[in-house]
Amino acid sequence: MIRALFDWMRDRPAAGLSLVFLAGLFVLAIFAPAIAPYLPTAQNANDTLAEPTLAHLLGTDDLGRDVFSRLIHGAPATLYASFLAVAVASLLGIPVGLLAGFLGGWVDDIVSRIIDTLLSFPAIVLAIGVTGALGIGLTNGMIAVGIVFSPQLARLVRAQTLVVKQELYVDAARCFGASAWRIIPRHIMPNAIQPVIVQITLLLAVALLAEASLSFLGLGVQPPQPSWGSMLARAYNYMEIAPEQMYPPGIAILLTALAFNTLGEALREALDPTARRR
Amino acid sequence: MTQPIVAVENLRVLFPTRDRKETVKAVDGVSFAVQPGETFGIIGESGSGKSTLGRAVVCLLKPTEGRVLHNGGNPHDLSAAELRRARREYQIVFQDPNAALNPRMTILRSVREPLDIAGTVPSGDRDRVALEMLDRVGIAPEFSTRYPHELSGGQKQRVNIARVLTVRPKLIVCDEVVAALDVSIRAGILNLFADLQREFGLTYLFITHDLGVVSHVSSRIAVMYLGAFMELGAPEALVSRPYHPYTEALMSAEPVPLPSHMRTGQRIVLQGEIPSPTNPPSGCRFRTRCPIAKDLCASKTPDWREMEPGHFAACHFAEPRP
Repeated sequence: MIRALFDWMRDRPAAGLSLVFLAGLFVLAIFAPAIAPYLPTAQNANDTLAEPTLAHLLGTDDLGRDVFSRLIHGAPATLYASFLAVAVASLLGIPVGLLAGFLGGWVDDIVSRIIDTLLSFPAIVLAIGVTGALGIGLTNGMIAVGIVFSPQLARLVRAQTLVVKQELYVDAARCFGASAWRIIPRHIMPNAIQPVIVQITLLLAVALLAEASLSFLGLGVQPPQPSWGSMLARAYNYMEIAPEQMYPPGIAILLTALAFNTLGEALREALDPTARRR
Repeated sequence: MTQPIVAVENLRVLFPTRDRKETVKAVDGVSFAVQPGETFGIIGESGSGKSTLGRAVVCLLKPTEGRVLHNGGNPHDLSAAELRRARREYQIVFQDPNAALNPRMTILRSVREPLDIAGTVPSGDRDRVALEMLDRVGIAPEFSTRYPHELSGGQKQRVNIARVLTVRPKLIVCDEVVAALDVSIRAGILNLFADLQREFGLTYLFITHDLGVVSHVSSRIAVMYLGAFMELGAPEALVSRPYHPYTEALMSAEPVPLPSHMRTGQRIVLQGEIPSPTNPPSGCRFRTRCPIAKDLCASKTPDWREMEPGHFAACHFAEPRP
């Protein structure tokens, strides 16, 4: 098992690197208090917007807080936020898309109209609306983002289902007397899910940015609790005085999004028995 | 007469065209009955509706008009749950052996799936039953853990056959089962079908465009053209004394393994293409390509007449011979 994992990582260095990076990030997120050199909320009015030094590896922000410590303490909130949003989007979007595509007829007509309506809303406006209804906070905000993302997944899953349900092996299963509840999970899902997995990893990356946007607008993480998005938003205010403040959270978001995508692509290939190399 | 295992009564299957303005008459008024234990062949060129007919027989398509009776009962009268149970009795093997297998299931899982659905065999025995059936059709156990793309076309078709046999059907619709396979392995598959028929007491509805295949295996053959039967009879009778000009043309088109100067008979080459099934010709649907068509053929649909005992044809000009 471990051996197979190592072989796999040697064959695909990019995916292996992404896996190591994300694993490291999770460890960092779990043990944040033990790893971070300072408290994320410890201010120092005499040392604001400082450039990196040995004492403050990534400098300090506008309130003199250690950027490195805030970055580490921001990881749990950031990861939690993007996973929550994508989980909500998947739980809503995938079943709805499967049912609409498989059942067709009036179910499909109604679901497709709802999807079109939701997609026509600017995502962030809808998220603000939902947060307004559910109350401000990171969890509510990211549930809202998940709801906004769900039509994208639903539409993709529906389109895939429409293709796969025409396949001959679905007809064959029907001939054996398989019910829809057997055909959908065993024949439709595994053959329709590939592009959905890639889309999910893309959404993880987009959700990172959505967390940043919502926190930027004050609807996500509440100060002084750190998150990468709120750090980026804060750094943005001092862009002209201390542009290097943008880099730590920005690069963290970029690398994490990239790692999710690379891993998603590798996962898609690993799940496809016909693409097994050699 | 015994109860037919499947009786098709005036079956019509119509599909709307893409723009929903017209209908494609894929099967347009077909009646026949298949007796237990026989092999009923259906021959026709592509677009004649023979595959649609096969799908309607196993209830993958709902008839627009007419009925398909299995042992005298209409499956479409059953509830959804009853139909799922009843349809194990009649199975279909498809033309494309690859597309009929889920690419993400191992061979064993695919073969065992019908047993999982039926639930008649205890779950602990299902792998064993599936492996026995694979062995019966000539697939070694080591293939059972592989995926469909790792097998050849002939092997995949054997897997498909094993799979339908697990539920012990009475009737198997064989829809162009060897058309996608190399000529060199067709005979092996056809012989397997013949052996299984004896062993399991199967009835076949054998659909093909290949006269050689259908006359080799069938006890009766129906000739289908543009959604309707043109002629029906025993293979020898059909080959030696066809009544319908379309059957005659089909027979003469069959390559004979003889040099041309030694062949008897004239080759009849049909003009043009098969007409569109959205708008079949009036009267006799073959008249646009028929060498002997007259005015009568455009105005009146030929009756389905018994020319000899058990030999039917639909042509105005067919005359019973002494």
